[in-house]
Amino acid sequence: MAKDGSVKSYILRRLLHALPLLLCVVVFNFTLIHMAPGDPIQSLIGEFPAPEAYVEAMRSAFGLDKPLYVQLWLYITNILKGDLGFSFYYRQPVLAVIVERVPATLQLMIPAVLFSALAGLLLGIFSARKPYSLSDNAISSFALLGYCLPIFWLGQMLMLIFSIKLGWLPSQGIKTLGAELEGFKAFADRLSHLFLPALALSIRHVAINVRIMRSSMLEVSYEDYITLARSKGLDEKTIVARHMLPNALLPVVTIIGLDIGFLFTGSVLVETVFGWPGIGRLMYESILKRDYPVLMGTFLITTVLVVLTNLIVDLIYLWLDPRVKYGRK
Amino acid sequence: MRFYQFWLRFRKNRAAEISFYCILVFVSLALLAPWLSPYDPFALGQRPFLPPQSGHLMGTDDLGRDTLSRVLYGTRVSLMVGVLAAATSLIIGTAVGSVSGYSGGFVDELLMRATEYVLVIPRFFLALLIVAMMGTGITKIVLVIGFLDWPEIARVVRAQFLTFKEREFVLAARAMGLKNWEIIFTEILPNAIPPAIVVGSFLVARAILLEAGLSFLGLGDPELISWGMLLSDAQERIWFSMWLAIFPGLAMSLLVLSINLFGDGINDVLNPRLKEK
Repeated sequence: MAKDGSVKSYILRRLLHALPLLLCVVVFNFTLIHMAPGDPIQSLIGEFPAPEAYVEAMRSAFGLDKPLYVQLWLYITNILKGDLGFSFYYRQPVLAVIVERVPATLQLMIPAVLFSALAGLLLGIFSARKPYSLSDNAISSFALLGYCLPIFWLGQMLMLIFSIKLGWLPSQGIKTLGAELEGFKAFADRLSHLFLPALALSIRHVAINVRIMRSSMLEVSYEDYITLARSKGLDEKTIVARHMLPNALLPVVTIIGLDIGFLFTGSVLVETVFGWPGIGRLMYESILKRDYPVLMGTFLITTVLVVLTNLIVDLIYLWLDPRVKYGRK
Repeated sequence: MRFYQFWLRFRKNRAAEISFYCILVFVSLALLAPWLSPYDPFALGQRPFLPPQSGHLMGTDDLGRDTLSRVLYGTRVSLMVGVLAAATSLIIGTAVGSVSGYSGGFVDELLMRATEYVLVIPRFFLALLIVAMMGTGITKIVLVIGFLDWPEIARVVRAQFLTFKEREFVLAARAMGLKNWEIIFTEILPNAIPPAIVVGSFLVARAILLEAGLSFLGLGDPELISWGMLLSDAQERIWFSMWLAIFPGLAMSLLVLSINLFGDGINDVLNPRLKEK
C-alpha cells in the first residue's frame, strides 16, 4: 500500500482531473437548452402551463435577454450554488426531487452489484477449473445469454413467471403499500420486492464478470509462480485461494468499475418495469411529463456519481495490488 | 478466392455459422416484411387481445392489430438502426483513432481525453436527454447512438496506428515522399480496419439494445413500429396478454445473440492469435 500522503494527493489529482468532464456536461446541458426546438425557456421550465410571473422570473434568473456568454456564466454559477433549476411538475427544486430518489436506486443497485460480483467470481473460478468441460460450457453459454437478453424484457419475463404465473413474489413497487409492517416483517417485505428487480439488473453483470473472471483465472494459471506452487506440493484449494485469486481479481475490479454507467442504464429500465421509485423511474416520468430540468439534473448527478464510484474502485484497486503505485503520470 | 478462404475458416466455428444464417433470415424477414405480414401492422379491426392461434400466430394487441405483422415490421427498424448507428460509430471512431494514433503528441492527448470522457459519462442517460429534448425522429436516434458509441473503435484503431506507423513499409512510403494522408489511407488504415470491423459488429448488437431501450421509455420514432415500442405497449397489459411481451423480446434476443456470435466468429478468423485453446 502506498503511503497515506500520496493516496491523498492521488485522490485530489483524480478529482481535479474530473472537473473538466463535469464542466463539459454542464456546458452540454446549456447547449441543449438552446439547440432544442422552440424557446429556451420551455427547456428550462419543462412543457407545463406555468404562470406568466414565474416564466418572467426564470427569464431574468437565467438572463435570457442577455448575450450567450453571460447566460452561460449565470447557468454555471447557479449550478455551482447547487441550484439545478426548479421542477414545476413536482413543485420542488430539481436537486431535492433527485436526492429524494437516490436511496431507492441505491437500494436496488448495491445488492445487484454485490450479487453480480459474488456470483460472477464464484462461477468464473468454477468455470476456469476445468476449461471446456461440460460445466464450463454450460456456464459460458449462460453468460453469453445473460449478456444478450434485453434487460427490460428479462425483467418482464421474470415478472411474468414469478409474480403473475407462480404468484411467489410481488411485481411492483419497493414495499407493500398501506401495510403497516414492523421489524422483521417489514424487512422481509422489502426483500421480497427487491428480489426480482435486483435479479433482472444483475444478470447482465454476472455474465460479464463470469467471462472476465474465467479468462483472468486461466491466464494466471499459466504463470510460473503457479507452477512453483504446484511443484511445492500445495493443495489445489490453497493455490486457488492464495496464489491465483488475488492476481486474477484485478481485471474484474476494473470491469466492475467501468460497468457502473451501464448499471445506471439498467436501473432506468428495470425501475420502469417494476415500478421502483428511484432515479430511473423519475427519468421515465420526467420524459412523459416533458420535465426537462429534472432530466438535465439527473444526467449531471449520475455523471458525478459515476466519477465518484470510479474513484472508489481505483482506490480498491490500489489496496488490492500493492505493486500499483499511483505516481505523477 | 480470398473470400472463399475466409468463409472456410469462418465455418469452423459452428455457432458463428448458424448465427450467420440466423442473421440472413432476419435480414430477409425485414426486406420482405410487406409481403410476409398476414395483416397491415397498423390496421385496426381484428378482435383485440386474441391469444396466439391459427390466423394470428402471435395473437393481437389491445387495438386488434396483428402482433406477428408488427414484429416483422419491427425487424426493419431494429436492423436499420443497428447497422446505421454502428456504421456512424465506425466512421467517427476510425477518424478519431487514426488522427490520434498517427499524429501523437498534444492532439493524441486531447482526443484520447475526449474519448475517455465519452466512455465515462452515462451514455444512455445522455441519449435519453438528447432524444427527449430534440425530438424522436429515427434519423436523430441513429445519429445520437452513433455519436455516443465510438470510443472503443477509436481505441482499437489508435492502437493499430501506433503499432504500424514505425514499421518498415510505412517508413519506406514516407521515404518515397508520400503525403501524410496518403500514408494514413493507403498504408496504415487497411491494417486497422479488420479489428475495427470486429468491434463494429458488436456495436450493431448494442445499438439495437439501445434503440429498444429508448423506445421502451417512449422515445422511439412514433411513426415506426419497433420492438422496444411493442414491449413498452405490452408492459401495462402483461397481466392478461403476455404474448404481447414474449414474442418481440424473443425476436430481439435471438437477433442480438446471433450478431454477438457472428462477431465472435469474425474475430476468430481475423485475429487467430487471440483465440484461446
